[in-house]
Amino acid sequence: MITMIIVTIAYLLILGFLGWIGYKQTKTAADYLVAGRNTHPYIMAMSYGATFISTSAIIGFGGAAGIFGLGLLWLTFLNIFVGIFIAFIFLGKRTRSMGHHLDAHTFPELLGKRYQSKFIQIFSGSIILTMVLYASVVLIGAARYLQETFQIGFDISLFIFALIIIIYVIAGGMKGVMYTDAFQGTIMFIGMLLLLFLTFSKVGGVKEGHEKLAELNEKAYAEAVVAFKDAYNASGAAVLLDDAKALELVPYFGKVLYQTKDKSDEDKKAISGKIFQDAETATGIKLGEYFGPAVKLMGEQYKKNLGNLAALSKFKDSGHQGWTKMPKGGSPFWWLLVSTIIMGVGIGVLAQPQLSVRFMTVKSKRELNRAVLIGGIFILVMTGVAFIVGALSNVYFYDVNPNTKGMISIIAAKGNGDLIIPTFLTSALPSWFNYIFMLTLLSAAMSTLSSQFHAMGTALSRDIFETLGFVKEVGGKKSIVITKVGIAVMLLITVIIGYFLPEGYIAAGTALFFGLCAATFLPAYVGGLYWKRATRTGAIASIITGFAVSLFWLLLVHVFTISKWGGKSIFGKSVWSMVDPLLVALPISAVVYIVVSLFSKPLDKQHVDGCVKS
Amino acid sequence: MGFEIILVYVLMILSSIACVVYGIINWNKGADVVTEEDKHWVEEEKKIEQEFE
Repeated sequence: MITMIIVTIAYLLILGFLGWIGYKQTKTAADYLVAGRNTHPYIMAMSYGATFISTSAIIGFGGAAGIFGLGLLWLTFLNIFVGIFIAFIFLGKRTRSMGHHLDAHTFPELLGKRYQSKFIQIFSGSIILTMVLYASVVLIGAARYLQETFQIGFDISLFIFALIIIIYVIAGGMKGVMYTDAFQGTIMFIGMLLLLFLTFSKVGGVKEGHEKLAELNEKAYAEAVVAFKDAYNASGAAVLLDDAKALELVPYFGKVLYQTKDKSDEDKKAISGKIFQDAETATGIKLGEYFGPAVKLMGEQYKKNLGNLAALSKFKDSGHQGWTKMPKGGSPFWWLLVSTIIMGVGIGVLAQPQLSVRFMTVKSKRELNRAVLIGGIFILVMTGVAFIVGALSNVYFYDVNPNTKGMISIIAAKGNGDLIIPTFLTSALPSWFNYIFMLTLLSAAMSTLSSQFHAMGTALSRDIFETLGFVKEVGGKKSIVITKVGIAVMLLITVIIGYFLPEGYIAAGTALFFGLCAATFLPAYVGGLYWKRATRTGAIASIITGFAVSLFWLLLVHVFTISKWGGKSIFGKSVWSMVDPLLVALPISAVVYIVVSLFSKPLDKQHVDGCVKS
Repeated sequence: MGFEIILVYVLMILSSIACVVYGIINWNKGADVVTEEDKHWVEEEKKIEQEFE
């Protein structure tokens, strides 16, 4: 632990030193630009990548891959193709030129000035303040790692990490000195490459690891079935089970296990009674009275199988088909993976305010062209490795680690998906690597959090207070105080949200924020860059509709969000309740944008021509 | 191994290669001259950055 503390302090000192050099030489992105010099493409790409990839991607989405499997790699593909290729080439260049032309410095300001609407700027700025949700899951990601590495309580690890972030912010970490961003990006890159190499060496190599992973689902289920049969037959049952009957009964048994988890005794009795009845009707075996003793026996002698059986049954009922296959089409797992995790983040990245503003700080299109090269490789390594390792952790826990032998990842991580990667790292990898990975995660969290608080800070001062006329000029005394107090308040809210968010929420929380941004901003943003006929009214209608529909869907329909808080979807168990808000809100927002624009008064031609330049 | 997983492995590697190829082909393209507009933008940006020091 002492070594870890020393390494962390040394890292923070290096960051401070780099920040100081950057400060002395005033080498922020803006300085490079005014000096007429190119930012090195490596620095530009690393800085964007470090902002893009957070602990949420590594811990939260890596953990999700431990549950859903390699299907998460579709997100890697979208991150590269949409988040780098399309974003840099089709949005980055125009964002830069429009931002400079309009003298816009924040994302809401870009939209507000493009559509000549103060309302858009203020409303968008207010929406950006909901980024505290995303910031809190980034914070949780790092805290979960500290929790597992040091075996300390989550509240303590959250507090420690929040303290590091506060020090970083106070020390000027948000100023966006590119050296520090590039340094953090480099550490992340090296850390993840090492992680990939070490993981494959643990599971027997690339080919063998994948082969074992492909067989694991059936193998673990078959072993759980045998354990169930043995426990049931040893529990004094009148009719003994053979393999075929055991296989037939196991789904009911599994259902009892996961559906009664965390329920009151009364509910447990009612739920299991109904499932027993279904099982008896389907199989003709009188079994109700033997299930209880069988569960008890499994709990004593086959604890690992019991856990696996509960998890695998739940997975199976939700459409899971193994870690090397996509979930069954249309199943709950499929909707969650495809519509929320893959589409939400994969498309949502296009309208992320803290990422879009980065395009404005480059000197020329040439830098963006060059950054595509490095960014494509960086994102492949960062997310690809996290997801592959997350999925392969199942092989490690089940086959390799003697302490967790026979357990799939989610059971080894005590049922919390956010702990899969931290548990894997601390149990599978050498302690020297954990020092490096600690820095990797610190870098990932700090670079993302600093850009998030930067975006929220400027949303407050420039987009809300200055536009409303409360502040005369950004950069003035009053504005600086407001920004600092605002950031302090938002930091506090971030920590509080982080404390109260449910377990296993990192990936979902990130996806929901990304989806919300896409549905709200994407049509107006892309249309603002490309479509001259777009109008102020169209943009306002689209932004409000996208936001309102997302919120409605999130709070009343989306079962995966609502059930975390114990609520029920107004659409009951219909397929609509599983569809992510993005898939509904984004098309509606886009249609509203186009239709209202076509029927409303166009903006001044000269203004639009100045904005929309190819 | 499911077909979709094999496909995505191929696609993510191809998309990375596409990024690399695009970067190489356009390495020296798109150099813009810094305009007065750009300079003004930078001055304003520096003011905003003061809030985060």
